[in-house]
Amino acid sequence: MIGPGLAQTGPVIPDFGSSGGAGSCVRENNLFCWGWVRENWSDTLFPALREHVVLTVIAVGIGFVIAMTLALAAHRQEWLERPVTVTTGVLFTIPSLAFFQVMVAFTGLTRTTAEIALVSYTLLIMFRNILAGLRGVPPEVREAAEGMGMTRGQVLRRVELPLALPAIVAGLRIATVTVISLATVAAYVDDEGLGSPIFRAVTQDVFKTEIIAAGALAIALALAADAVLVLVQRLLTPWSRAGRA
Amino acid sequence: MEPGRSRMSVIADAVQFIFEHPSLLLSGAGRQLVISAIAMAFALAVAVPLGVWLGHRHRGAFVAVNVSNVGRALPSLAIIAMLIAVLGIGDVPLVIALVLLAVPPILTNAYVAVEGVDADVVDAARGMGLSEGGIVRQIELPLALPLLFAGIRTAAVYVVATVPLGALTGAGGGLGDIIANQASYRLAGVIGAAICVALLALAVDGAFALLQRAVTPRGLRRAVASPADPAAPV
Repeated sequence: MIGPGLAQTGPVIPDFGSSGGAGSCVRENNLFCWGWVRENWSDTLFPALREHVVLTVIAVGIGFVIAMTLALAAHRQEWLERPVTVTTGVLFTIPSLAFFQVMVAFTGLTRTTAEIALVSYTLLIMFRNILAGLRGVPPEVREAAEGMGMTRGQVLRRVELPLALPAIVAGLRIATVTVISLATVAAYVDDEGLGSPIFRAVTQDVFKTEIIAAGALAIALALAADAVLVLVQRLLTPWSRAGRA
Repeated sequence: MEPGRSRMSVIADAVQFIFEHPSLLLSGAGRQLVISAIAMAFALAVAVPLGVWLGHRHRGAFVAVNVSNVGRALPSLAIIAMLIAVLGIGDVPLVIALVLLAVPPILTNAYVAVEGVDADVVDAARGMGLSEGGIVRQIELPLALPLLFAGIRTAAVYVVATVPLGALTGAGGGLGDIIANQASYRLAGVIGAAICVALLALAVDGAFALLQRAVTPRGLRRAVASPADPAAPV
């Protein structure tokens, strides 16, 4: 039952009994032991949460740069849209567990393996949204900008990208939430993030408190990230309160 | 990684494993499809009537849209593991988790599809004396079918792809049972099964794309609808 990611470190036996008030609750494996969460917050749960955020930020950051490059290219050369959509669509459909596992053959049980798969899942979402945002700019606005003597680069930077911002941020939102969800699975091949305590607790006779604590943190992180990005979207585009989703 | 093996040979071993163990992999895939079908049946029974009803009454936009946003934010592994913590290891928590994950895309698409049917068409039907039930069955559902089906397709791929996660958490997980058991199947088997999981998800997506085309009324066939709410990958 022990996956390759867990085999590296080996199971960590919970410290039954010796410590404080959580002892009997943990020994009986009750549904939720607050004491255990308090005692293990600073050396287990919080580090996992921090790693999860790092994994997510790296994946969304790299994915954004790639998707933006592809979308700008497809905005100029329309024929590029179809091949990019098909390719990223296939990547998007591959189940993450399979993707992570196949990548292990190439990059081993490393963070690189996790990140390659995570980045690939952001591409379709963000490419589609950025392109839709750029294409949604009304032609008369673009013509007016050109009529004022702006170069293509200036039109892009000063007119098209700002107007596409709501759609771009909407894509960023979906991609971020998606990566947070998938990064829990990534712990199977790269033993870090909130999936790591989940896998460990499951293999330790289903240690309930750790599963529920880590699972709840993952859900809370996804909801919080979504809320923060909605806020960012509102701040960046004060002119469009409606906001496309 | 096994020392001394080149990377491509790991993949070659995995492909060889696939060709040497067809019945093992097929039974795993079959089991995966059965669990998926059970979960989809429950999800459809809940989400389609609810989404269609809300869409018909033009109510609950807030609920329908937010269900999909929250649904996307639910990490599938965390949901499965938490249900196992509460209910114990087994197929039941896995199926419940799959239903929870499949409902949002179906519900949202059903709502958006029915809600978006041209109001003039519905008014004309009402003027011709169709009952509310008749409007739903004869007007709204046929017109909503492509988009409704897009949501079902999204959910089906999502569910099929999620089943193997059950194996990592101790519940039966079709091909995931092989992925979770490197001790017996070695890396070649694990990667071979992972390749099969990917192929299975792509096959289910393709099958539903064809089905979606088949249920689209001829007049609407110009473009196969893409889902209003593309769900997250798994």
